[in-house]
Amino acid sequence: MVTVIDVENVSKQFKIHHERSQSLKERLLHPRSGSTEVFSALSDISFSVSSDETVGILGHNGSGKSTLLKCICGVLQPTSGQIRLRGSLAALLELGAGFQTELSGRDNVYLYGAMLGLSKRGVDAIFDDIVAFSEIEHFIDTQVKFYSSGMYVRLAFAVAVNVDPDILVVDEVLTVGDERFQAKCVDRIRTFQEEGRSILLVTHQADQVRALCDRAIVLDGGLMIANGPVQDSLRIFREHLLEDAVEHDRVGHQAEVSIDSVTTPTGSFDVRSGAGMHFDVHISSHTAYSGNFVMELFTRAGMLVSRSDAQGSPVNLKPGANQVGVDLPQIPLLDGVYDVNVGIVDYHGTVIAWKEQAASIQVTYNGREGGLVELGASIRQL
Amino acid sequence: MSDASPAKVKRRSLEDAPVRVVSARANLPTRLRNLWSRHELLTSLIFSDIRIKYKNSTLGIFWSMLSPALTLGIYDLVFSVITKNGYPNFALYLFAGLIVWNMFMGAVNMATGVIVDRAGLVKKVSFPREILALANVGASVVYFTIQLGVLCLFLLALGRAPAWGFLWILPISFVALYLLTASVAIVMSAVTVYLRDMRHLMEVLLQLWFWLSPVVYSYQNTIAQRLHDHGLTWMYFINPITPIILTFQRIFYVKTTVFSTNPPHPAINILPTWSMSSFAFMNLTLLGIMIVLFLLSLTIFGRLEGNFESEL
Repeated sequence: MVTVIDVENVSKQFKIHHERSQSLKERLLHPRSGSTEVFSALSDISFSVSSDETVGILGHNGSGKSTLLKCICGVLQPTSGQIRLRGSLAALLELGAGFQTELSGRDNVYLYGAMLGLSKRGVDAIFDDIVAFSEIEHFIDTQVKFYSSGMYVRLAFAVAVNVDPDILVVDEVLTVGDERFQAKCVDRIRTFQEEGRSILLVTHQADQVRALCDRAIVLDGGLMIANGPVQDSLRIFREHLLEDAVEHDRVGHQAEVSIDSVTTPTGSFDVRSGAGMHFDVHISSHTAYSGNFVMELFTRAGMLVSRSDAQGSPVNLKPGANQVGVDLPQIPLLDGVYDVNVGIVDYHGTVIAWKEQAASIQVTYNGREGGLVELGASIRQL
Repeated sequence: MSDASPAKVKRRSLEDAPVRVVSARANLPTRLRNLWSRHELLTSLIFSDIRIKYKNSTLGIFWSMLSPALTLGIYDLVFSVITKNGYPNFALYLFAGLIVWNMFMGAVNMATGVIVDRAGLVKKVSFPREILALANVGASVVYFTIQLGVLCLFLLALGRAPAWGFLWILPISFVALYLLTASVAIVMSAVTVYLRDMRHLMEVLLQLWFWLSPVVYSYQNTIAQRLHDHGLTWMYFINPITPIILTFQRIFYVKTTVFSTNPPHPAINILPTWSMSSFAFMNLTLLGIMIVLFLLSLTIFGRLEGNFESEL
């Protein structure tokens, strides 16, 4: 294990001009016009990433996650503190940012490769792989300005993942392209992981972090509020999201709802595979509130097993304590521990109350199937 | 999650990999090292710049010869034919100076707006930002080389030889020109981010600069005496491009004293009659100053680039 990214007390401040005066006349006539405010985008962030590790950076818009990433990639210089990097780094901050639309796809591959630090010979060696991955063989000599946005993005991603970086930095680019291409990208990231490279993934999609990351860092308002196992970080992320939501809700005179606990009649969350289960969710509400009840079930590895339909389970909460019963008539899952998240969302899908890892179900299975779900397949020769 | 995967491929060892540091401000040696480490990118950018410039034009790269040739024709028409300055082979004299001026002006003009124009790239991809300006300078060097080739052909056609004894000063003069062009280009590209008017101002400044340089007139024949009488020669030579142009003219035009084509054909001093060692000394001094200027321009750029993000 080698530390490949070492972020040490990094802070970044931006000057915000309230009246932008970029013309010479303005500067000469009003040298001090327009107030300048210093905005602190990152304050005293320290963490490190070792080789072999995939770390997610979570945060909502404006939390400083993109600023942090840009500092790590060297696009921005931190105001104070320093970042030490070991090995080569390829960043996917914005796919195709380095493309010159007047040039052909081929020329752009070489130019973009050079920007990511490759020599011409280096690009020659991986050119065919890039073209194959991007699936635009027929258009490689066409000017990029005639590309569809999908082709553009595929080519850029293909270059970045084929340059053989030690550290790959990905900023919410996995949301582009069609589903098949997205799956291909996720596959490539998994290959990277197997090869023992470090990946830094910035996203606000909790699912992606759960599915891909070993560890997660949560940023809020430029501060690092969590740095630990994915489950813990996600809990903190959700809770902070809610705190913000509650603040907004006060303005909108909406209900204050919180989820207190999840219990079972027997007090045990152990269940045999194939058996049914019932549990009660205790919710307290300050006012009467109507919304939808949502439940998610995750494996410990972070894979979403099931999410209930948010529109399908309306609940009418009355002021005070409420109880919602959840019946799982038959659990077809195999051996393992499954985490349950429960929440209340409003009719637009905005989260009103959420409890991450509200319960953990322990499933025991004695059959012979492997995997996640018991299909009960019967096999006979015909 | 991949802990259980048995077929984990161990890649290279990273223990020996060099450590790069991103911190508030890189010092000058680091900047130079970073620049050098990306010379492949510089080459790529230079040739993509050239390719983009002549993309979709029928004559393509020939324009890099055609447009200076047309400019040269116009000046020759105005000064030699219309106002009858009487300089023999005036086109050759013009050519020697214009080749220097074109390199300087072409690069500075392009580089002034380059960081603003490529904000998308600057905000998203990590590389030493000076490279964008240096790529413009590099493209200018390519055009310069092509024009130098044409100048040699021109000499052949006229049946004239360059001043062989002075030829070794040419590389020194060229490196000084390169460093001057690069310094101005680098500083202007950064300043324009903060003052967008620079682009328009620069057009005018470059015109003024052009007329302050002895390209279309002879320094020796027109103003040298008057400047000397008022003790202002040093002021004219503050313009670092002047000694470079004089060197090029000395090498390619060769003759310092010529006979006017206007009757009664008096002798005129068209170029300074300095010795080879004075030219060498002048160029070496200039080179020294230009090296300092170049390092200074990188330092200024480093100061200015910190706030690019919030200005672009």
